[in-house]
Amino acid sequence: MATQHSRSAARLMMAPAVILLLGWMLVPLTMTLYFSFKKYLPLRGGDLGWVGFENYVRFVSSSAFWPAVQATLVIVGGVLLITVVLGILLAMLLDQPMWGQGVVRILVIAPFFVMPTVSALVWKNMFMDPVNGLLAHLWRFFGAEPISWLSEASMTSIIMIVSWQWLPFATLILLTAIQSLDSEQLEAAEMDGASPLNRFWHIILPHLSRAITIVILIQTIFLLSIFAEIFVTTGGAFGTRTLTYLIFQRVLESQNVGLGSAGGVYAIILANIVAIFLMRIVGKNLDA
Amino acid sequence: MGRIQLKSVTKSFGDVQVIPPLDLTIEDGEFTVFVGPSGCGKSTLLRLIAGLEDITSGQIEIDGADATEVPPAKRGLAMVFQSYALYPHMSVRKNIAFPLRMAKLEQAEIDSRVEGAAQVLNLTDYLDRRPGQLSGGQRQRVAIGRAIVREPAAFLFDEPLSNLDAALRVGMRLEISELHKRLKTTMIYVTHDQVEAMTMADKIVVLQAGVIEQVGSPLELYHNPRNEFVAGFIGSPKMNFIKGDEAKKHGATTVGIRPEHCDVSKSEGLWKGVVGVSEHLGSDTFIHVHETGLADMLTVRVTGDISANHGDTIFISPQTDQLHRFDAQGLRMP
Ligand SMILES: Nc1ncnc2c1ncn2[C@@H]1O[C@H](COP(=O)(O)OP(=O)(O)OP(=O)(O)O)[C@@H](O)[C@H]1O
Ligand SMILES: [Mg+2]
Repeated sequence: MATQHSRSAARLMMAPAVILLLGWMLVPLTMTLYFSFKKYLPLRGGDLGWVGFENYVRFVSSSAFWPAVQATLVIVGGVLLITVVLGILLAMLLDQPMWGQGVVRILVIAPFFVMPTVSALVWKNMFMDPVNGLLAHLWRFFGAEPISWLSEASMTSIIMIVSWQWLPFATLILLTAIQSLDSEQLEAAEMDGASPLNRFWHIILPHLSRAITIVILIQTIFLLSIFAEIFVTTGGAFGTRTLTYLIFQRVLESQNVGLGSAGGVYAIILANIVAIFLMRIVGKNLDA
Repeated sequence: MGRIQLKSVTKSFGDVQVIPPLDLTIEDGEFTVFVGPSGCGKSTLLRLIAGLEDITSGQIEIDGADATEVPPAKRGLAMVFQSYALYPHMSVRKNIAFPLRMAKLEQAEIDSRVEGAAQVLNLTDYLDRRPGQLSGGQRQRVAIGRAIVREPAAFLFDEPLSNLDAALRVGMRLEISELHKRLKTTMIYVTHDQVEAMTMADKIVVLQAGVIEQVGSPLELYHNPRNEFVAGFIGSPKMNFIKGDEAKKHGATTVGIRPEHCDVSKSEGLWKGVVGVSEHLGSDTFIHVHETGLADMLTVRVTGDISANHGDTIFISPQTDQLHRFDAQGLRMP
């Protein structure tokens, strides 16, 4: 792309894709913004005109708002913690030469291929069902009273389900990172008298910091908008109503498009705040 | 202290025996060089001594104590790797201090030792840089610094200079020799470069396929190679080998003559040939001679200027007292 001519040709050819993507983003965004300033109740009179910032004020002052923000952050934080910690452990385990390595790796990655709706249903009915679930059987085997997971430990359950789904992703990224570690560095550390724990702490973990950053960034983006797992399990009850879920309820259950759109704009702002925050904390790892 | 003794050490990877039973003693304070062609097991042997590989059978003693089962960190040896193996996320200071921190030394002691090592290795100005911001030679010095602060019983070097350019290699070679003179610590140095071996070693161990072909001082190996392999490996350019009738005249299967032990004339001599490529190094010229009827090619050294053009006829006379004779097994005959 050295000459003027080839540069403009390149721009021309990229234009359709850029315009399509831009439209894909801009149209919903503008529509959300548009509706957020309207009183729009599809089943109760339709478009009832402009209302200014009323929707925004109502969305925040609703008693459900702050608990929803909190639930969102707890789920994101909990899943990140579990997937990163277990992901590092699993990656180190899978990096060891062992019998049947190929099969084990595929098994570990498998959950990632299961659709969120399906995996949540499997967990709900197969594991967490208080009467017939495997966990209930396990509890009874040890003589304990089975827990009705989704109502008594709703948050823990959701975090467990989502972590199970995202663990393969974290493991995979961290495994490739571990495999790129120069084994001579570990040997040098061994000769320098570092114990296995010290080698992990001083050599492996710093080497993984970049991969961990990537895992955290990508997962956060996706986790902020988890929906299916909540929809098919608790339906937003028992304190598991996240911001995404709250918006869904406002739009579809209360049929208040304006209010939901205002919530959508808040969600965008929240996502950006989290993103800036993360970039600040961990982003410096990326350009090192 | 650093006397290392290997007693019938073997090493197999799976079914492949890389090191057949091997005995070797490295005296305290000696600069020993392992040299041999690629894949002959030099690195493996060094890693066995370091403890990074388990030996299949045999025994390793360090200072008279059995170290076969002792983990690497407890053997009191320090290793410098070919890839340097510096810790990329730590500053030079932290890299050098790492073994001391692991040994839980006092901070003041660590600082003074790191400063000392940095001074010796001319690294004082770079202490706060990351390894990624250093040149190859500086990285090499950091790796050596990390080894010397531990004050080990012996240093192990695995081809430490092979990633450096020629000029730097000569410089670092001198620095390492200098360091050895100063510290008087045992050093084991692996290389496939026979020039490094000749210039640095007190004792050279020539390996081939895991077998020790000969152990001796550089000049011993040069003047009295035990067999054809050592004769061909030590010395640059390589010794010329001549088989057939010419060898039979000397009562041997093969005779060898080094390029520097041939007299060259344009008018008369024992062997007649045609000049091929001439390599001018300034002080010396190495001439490749073809069509002698003795071997594919003979190399001879000519000092000073000589005008031998490609295709000229040339005569070579070997200095008979420098002729090496080898029997059918390749062993040198007295
Ligand atoms: N981990 C291993 N598994 C199987 N075979 C190995 C292993 N490490 C080395 N070998 C084999 O052992 C032999 C000796 O290897 P080694 O690395 O010691 O050679 P080297 O003399 O250091 O060669 P170079 O000069 O190329 O570094 C080689 O044939 C190599 O293929
Ligand atoms: Mg090697």
